Amino acid sequence: MRISKSPWLLHYDGSSCNGCDIEVLATTAPRFDIERFGIINTGNPRHADIFLCTGGVNSQNQDVVRQIYDQMPDPKVVLACGICACDGGIFKDCYNILGGTDTVIPVDVYVPGCAVRPEALIDGVVKALKILDEKNEKMKRGEYRSLTSSEYAAKINGDVKEAGDSEGEEKTDA
Amino acid sequence: MTTYSLISVILYLILSPVIACLFSGVDRIVTARMQGRRGPKLLQPFYDIMKLFSKENTSVNEIQKILVMAHCFFAVFSGAIFFAGEDILLVLFALTMAEVFLILAAYSVNAAYSEIGAQRELLQMMAYEPMTLLTAVGFYLSVGSFKVGDIIRSDVPLIVKMPGFFLGFCFILVIKFRKSPFDLATSHHAHQEVIKGLTGDLAGPAYGFSELAELYEEILMLGMAGLFFISSDKISIIWAACAVVILLFCMSLVDNIFPRVKWESLLKSSWIVTLFAGGANLVILSLVR
Repeated sequence: MRISKSPWLLHYDGSSCNGCDIEVLATTAPRFDIERFGIINTGNPRHADIFLCTGGVNSQNQDVVRQIYDQMPDPKVVLACGICACDGGIFKDCYNILGGTDTVIPVDVYVPGCAVRPEALIDGVVKALKILDEKNEKMKRGEYRSLTSSEYAAKINGDVKEAGDSEGEEKTDA
Repeated sequence: MTTYSLISVILYLILSPVIACLFSGVDRIVTARMQGRRGPKLLQPFYDIMKLFSKENTSVNEIQKILVMAHCFFAVFSGAIFFAGEDILLVLFALTMAEVFLILAAYSVNAAYSEIGAQRELLQMMAYEPMTLLTAVGFYLSVGSFKVGDIIRSDVPLIVKMPGFFLGFCFILVIKFRKSPFDLATSHHAHQEVIKGLTGDLAGPAYGFSELAELYEEILMLGMAGLFFISSDKISIIWAACAVVILLFCMSLVDNIFPRVKWESLLKSSWIVTLFAGGANLVILSLVR
């Protein structure tokens, strides 16, 4: 069975203007009926497979984002939802903003938009599902383990050679 | 143990998760249609459980895994006793034991939401335990035996003698199935914070085991509901099956109509129903005997 038949979402708001959050909530509401894909909007990282992160990461919430990511069991994928989550967006130069979600945790799919549209989000999640299946297959063969947030921090801060390591994330634009 | 009961136990062990998954799938579709949505696929609950078992095996501590597996074991065990036609009191005590293990698993992680979930689960147990025990007593008064094997051989369907007990039992069935308005400890909807407290810190296979236990438990509870309709007449099995299907539909309906109550209302309402429906029926049964 493919794991993508039952993807459970977790949504966390970094420091967005809430525009993307409203769209994420709209996506999970009955109008778009994402339950038809087997998707459940869970509030719990331990039950989640897909992490939707909106807004940039700031110096106060970086530990929260790391903890949520680390608490999710493998296989897992991360979606940066909206331009702020992709690279910091309009808040990029603020004194407290570190940048996009990928400054603290590995991101698999970048979904641009300001605010990100539900259609784009669903498209992004569908792309994430393929990555989730690939990760699951690799994990079954014992070839894959996702980086923890501290390993990721060491990787992006440390030597550049490791950046091309196959163990890392696959980047796809939705 | 006769060959007959052995076969029924084996069927229970194999078919329960399948049937309960199908019931749950239909329930989710019916719920979605009531809300004007299309809803998930029929086999969605099955996909969910398979996924949980394929996830990484992480847990907050080692004892949590053992406690959840004990929960699952006792849930399956209590159902096995029931379908073997043995003592219904033993079934209920084993089921309580299963619940206690789940609560201990939630307490063991020492997390705020799990702790609230565990407390709420205890409150739910306080709410439904009197009625389940009264039901067992009702069966004894009607048939003269606690054995499920004897209860199913009664001359008339027991619903005739025990309408009050059945009403009370239906009421606590909503609690056991974790349906709104009584899904205080953990819910199938609203996977958020407090409402998902009890299973909040279970991840991957551990959560899978708790879900699996719930499937077995649901079949056991439906079996007990069916017990009210089964008599020595073979056709009564069809009536019992019809009753179970109607009961499931009513629970979906109730789930969609009522908002979640506070724990005070849960305790008050379930005890009032236990006292008036179950208690009155108990008095009448003992007088008529």
